[in-house]
This record gives sequence, C-alpha cells and structure tokens, in this order.
Amino acid sequence: MYLRLNSDELAIQDIFRSFFESECSIERVRTSQHTGFDTEAWERLVETGAPGMCLPEHIGGGGAPLTTGAIVADLVGEFVAPLPFIEHLVASRLLASLAPDHDLIPALVSGEKIASLALQPTEDDQAKLVPGGAIADAVIACKGNDLVLASGDDSISLLRNTADLPLAHRSLNGAETIASGGAAVERFFRARSEWQALMAVALTGLGRKAVDIGVAYAKERYQFGVLIGSFQGLQHGFASAITGVEGSHFLSNRAVSALENDSDLGERLAGMAFLFASEAALDASAASLQYHGGYGFAEEYDIQLYYRRAKGWPLQFGDPGVEYQRIANLCLPSGKVA
Amino acid sequence: MDWSFPPAAEEFRTEVRAFIDEHLTDDVISSTHQGTIHNWDFHKKIADRGWLGGAVPSELGGGGKSALEMAVMIEELQLAGAPIDGMGVAIVVASVVLELGNDHLKETIVPKLLSGETLISFGYTEPDSGSDVAAAQTRAVKDGEEWVINGQKMWTTMAHIADYVLLLTRTNTDVPKHKGLTFFIVPLETSGIEIQPVHTMGTERSNATFYDDVRIGDEWRIGDIDGGWEIMKAALKYERGIAGGQFPSPPLIDAFIEHAQKTERPDGSSIIDDPVVRERLVRSLIDVEVCRGFAYNTAFLASEGVMFGVEGSMTKLFASESYKKHSKWFLDMAGTEGLLYLGEEGAPVGGVIDEHFRHAPVTTIYGGTSEISRNLIAEGLLGLPRTR
Repeated sequence: MYLRLNSDELAIQDIFRSFFESECSIERVRTSQHTGFDTEAWERLVETGAPGMCLPEHIGGGGAPLTTGAIVADLVGEFVAPLPFIEHLVASRLLASLAPDHDLIPALVSGEKIASLALQPTEDDQAKLVPGGAIADAVIACKGNDLVLASGDDSISLLRNTADLPLAHRSLNGAETIASGGAAVERFFRARSEWQALMAVALTGLGRKAVDIGVAYAKERYQFGVLIGSFQGLQHGFASAITGVEGSHFLSNRAVSALENDSDLGERLAGMAFLFASEAALDASAASLQYHGGYGFAEEYDIQLYYRRAKGWPLQFGDPGVEYQRIANLCLPSGKVA
Repeated sequence: MDWSFPPAAEEFRTEVRAFIDEHLTDDVISSTHQGTIHNWDFHKKIADRGWLGGAVPSELGGGGKSALEMAVMIEELQLAGAPIDGMGVAIVVASVVLELGNDHLKETIVPKLLSGETLISFGYTEPDSGSDVAAAQTRAVKDGEEWVINGQKMWTTMAHIADYVLLLTRTNTDVPKHKGLTFFIVPLETSGIEIQPVHTMGTERSNATFYDDVRIGDEWRIGDIDGGWEIMKAALKYERGIAGGQFPSPPLIDAFIEHAQKTERPDGSSIIDDPVVRERLVRSLIDVEVCRGFAYNTAFLASEGVMFGVEGSMTKLFASESYKKHSKWFLDMAGTEGLLYLGEEGAPVGGVIDEHFRHAPVTTIYGGTSEISRNLIAEGLLGLPRTR
C-alpha cells in the first residue's frame, strides 16, 4: 500500500505542471472560452507525447498505465484546461483495443488528430452533444450492437453551453463500423468507465483549486475590519468543501487503479467516484464563489469559470440520476418479483 | 498509488473474518442494547487472540501487529457492527502507560488491560468543559505523600463496569490552562468516588463521576506534574486509527437492504425496487467507499510512521456526518414502522433502524465535534487563522 505519488510519478507531475502553467494559464482559458479549445496548447501537448502516453507501445504509444494519465487529468482539472485530453485518451485506447491496425491510429497516438467518445445514447444516426465533438477528428459511438467511427464531418457546429465546452452533435451517417457484438460493446462501456474515473480525478483537481482560490481571497479580503477568512462561517464551509474534495481524491484514484488492474470493482468504483467527485467539485466551487460575495458572480473573477465547469464537465455524461440507477443495478439486489 | 494490502494483512483479514463469524453472535450485538456498550465475553476473546497486545506498538513491548494489520482488524470489526469501544480504550491507555507511565502503572494496569480483564474509562470532559478540554477544573492537590482530588467528570462512559479512570486534573491555576494539568489513573473503588448513570437518547448509557476528597498515592500519577497535556497528546496519538469511527454506516446499510428486499409497500411493490430508495442506497454506499479511502490513507500514513492530524479529522468528520445523514434517510425509507423501538413487535430488522437514528447524533459530537474538526481542517490544511 502506497497512497502518494512515487518519485517517477512526481517527476511526471512536475513536468506537466510546468506545461499547464505555461500553456493553460487562466488568461488562455478565457481566450478559449468561445471554442472551448486551445489549438496552440494542444500542439504543445502533442510535443510532450501526452496524447499517446496511455496507448500500447506496440502501436507506438507510451505504454503508461492509466494511473499516469490520471496525473495529467488532475492537472487538467486544476487548470480547467481547454483540452480534450481525457476524451482523446479513452477513445484512442478504445480504438487501439478494437482495431489496432486502423489507419487513424498513428495520428491518434501522436495527437495530430483528436478522438472522442459519444457518451449519450445515439438516435437517428446522430450522436448528440459529443464531448469534444466540435473539435474531434474522429468520434466513436455505440449504435445498437455496433461500434462506429465517424470522421470527416464538415457540418459540425459548436453549441454554446454552461461550461464553455466544445460540444457538438455528430452525424453518424456513413460512419464506419469498427466492431460489433457483445465484447465490442463491453469495450465501449469500459471506455466510458475510464472516462468517468479520469473525469473524477480531473474534478478533484478542479475542486481543490476552487477551494485554493477562495481561501486565497479570504486571506486578503477585509470586512468589518477583519479578514473574512477569520470568520468561522467561512472556515467551516471551506473545511467541509476540502473534505469532500479529499474524499474524491482517494476514491477517484482508487477507481483508476481498479480499472488499471482489471478489478471486478472497476466499473462500479468508476461510477461511484464520478458521481461523488461531481458533487464535491460543485460544492467546493459553489462555496468558494459564495465567499467571494458579489465579485464571485462577476465575469472578471476566475471562480465562476470553475463553478460552471464543475457542473458542465460531468453533465456531458448525462443526468446523474440515471447513473445512480445504473450503479444501483450493479450493487443492489432487487425485490422478489424481479 | 498502490491500494493493495500486503499479504500478511490480507491473511489477517481472513483470520479476523473467521473470528467474527464464530464469535460475533446476534447475542453479542444485542447485549449492547441493554445500555452498556461493552461485551466482556467478546472483548476477552479478542484479548485471548493477542490482538489487544498486538495493537500496542512493538517498540513499547507490544505484539507488533503492523499499522495495516490493525487497520484491517478495525475495519472488519466495524463492518460487522462489533462492540469495540472498550477495545480502543484498552489499547490506547496501555500504549500511553507503556510509553510514559511509571513502573507501578506498567505492572498494575497494562497486563490486565491487554488480557481483557479490566477496563478503563476516559475522564477528560467536565460539566463546564467539553471541546475546551484543557479548561478542566477538577482539582488535584498534593497533601504529604498523597494527592487529594475534588471535582466532577462527564461522559465517563463504561466507568460503571471499569476498574480505573484516566483522570485529567488541574494542579496549577497560576499558568495558562494547558500548562497546569496533571493526569492520574485512579482506581474507581477508591473511597470518595461516586458514579451516576447518564442515560442518553441512544440506547447507550454513560456516566457522570464525582470525586469528593479522593486520596491516592503519587504512584497513580502518569506523566509530570503540570505535564498533563503531553499525556493528552500521547492518548490522541494512539487513538488515531484505533478508535474506530471510520465505518459506522455499513451495519445500518446491510440491515436496511435486508428489510427493503423482503418488505412490500401497500401497492405490493418491494421497497428495494423504488428508484428513490436505490439512489439513496447508492449514495450511502459511495459515502462508505469515501470513508474507505480516508481510512486506508490514515492507515498508510501510520504505516509510514507519519503523525497525521488533519487527515484523521477529515475521516472522522466525513464518516460521522454521512452516517447521521444515512440514519435519517433509512428511517424515512422504512416508513412509519421505522419508528418502532428495538425489540418492538413489527419493528423493521428488530428495530435497529430506529436505534441507529438515535445513536448517530453522538458520533458527530464525541471524539471531537464536527465543528472542532472543521476548525482543525481550516487551520491545519488551509492555513486560515485560529479562531479560538
């Protein structure tokens, strides 16, 4: 048992922290608000090898475990980076596992092309509100028993949204079937779990930073002649918020490890971590925004960026109420009739 | 991160589970429903396995169970709903005495504590000092070779079945409050001690203890005169990870699932099939997994020899607050029948849902209130100014 990053992982974290500091400053996040994507930052990320880091070595990837991807995902959240790192990682892994010889693989390994995953059920030959759908070169969707890959769509239009995400519907007309049958669909669901677990880690990074922003503000803002950080009302709110975020840190990283180790608990832990992290990140951002007073509501202050993303990022998966029911079916018995 | 326990700890988990299957009978669990939260027979069986001594750090002469093995044991016992309050106190006090006590205390107290023959009660809290524990006013005054103690303690739980009390007293009123405290281990049979029951809205009984010119020899003092705060810190140190409290919810969740699966609503549907019930059950199970992450982290830190503080406060805060929430949900979801008292005819799963609802509020109070935990987290982790 070792629940910190080891020395190799710390070195990786250092490298990527420097990357995000220089390429995903909050000013850059703001500049990218209308596209939800920073092209230049992605080009720099490609130079680091991150897009292919968790892809198998035999297809040219970095061969790193999912836990290494989680180190980057945590930073994606902390910096609210406008980069489809998680979508690309899980969709590329999915394609690599189903069709390792596919023409697209080399460009996905390098990150020259971007892949994503349709998380909503498909209808009428359309994948709705695909994460990164406005920028992805390739989108994998599950259509009945088929996994299809849509690419080369010229009619994509970004739909503006709560969290400045590059969301778009993607047409599945003429999409290529890359695999069919139960095993393929199972692989698709495994990719969804990977997305959930990595998103949970990212939301943890986001929540932690949201608390940091609020605490920093509370240490410089005076009201009634004292620092507002000296009020227990704020202190207790921050303490509850960071406790939720720390809880989400351990649960989400445990979920990533469980998936990496092919544990039987992987799927349920990923769903649980995702649901918990979603609430913890929003609670943390909401508390922090509240303690900014009116400024928290102003566009000029950064906390609103975190608040909107804390809600919008996980909602790409759909109504959490539906997900609670899916996890219930994994964990709970049913009544005698069923 | 590596979340796996070493093989020795996993083997020990198997052993503990087998022990629980054999010895944690329904009678043991229901025995605590009479008010006394201790079961001597079960406690003695744990002691006979050497697990009390095993929990004492090996550098103090204990049995050298590793921090991870202890974590496994405490987890399994809590998941099963075993009465372990007495166990925690015995391990903590034996460890403190072995580290900081005199030879008299080491010889008199420790063997009996670790063999499960005797119990000791914590005597910290007073009518006028709860969270502000260092404000204790119970006086100990030196008179020749003896100490004379006068005062009152609250929440001396288990004192009515214990032989000793670990007593926090004031020996100096001319210095800041933390610097004028002295600890004693006082035999409860000493003349001048009176124990009165304090009944609670949970099923459990606690006590108030009164000390009227209680005279004891200096050999019962532990730590330096006016050095009581060091003993307090040592007790808190050994309490970490041992005291339990990380998994209060699982026995309640298990009981409710059993009830919900076999119980029909008036319309003939099973409670367990209600989507609202299922969502709340999942939320509760998620909270338990969060507790597991916190608990494993503190076990990991202990295994690394790290003296954690804030991590323990977060664990305690999250586990107790979520448990209190769960107890409210499950009572609602059991419907009006959920109100029926332990043992009442028609009470769901024997009435344990009502019992948990009545017990849960104390868990966010004892061992450091949620408010104190939040203060410690705000100060220790977030660097916000101290407000007390």
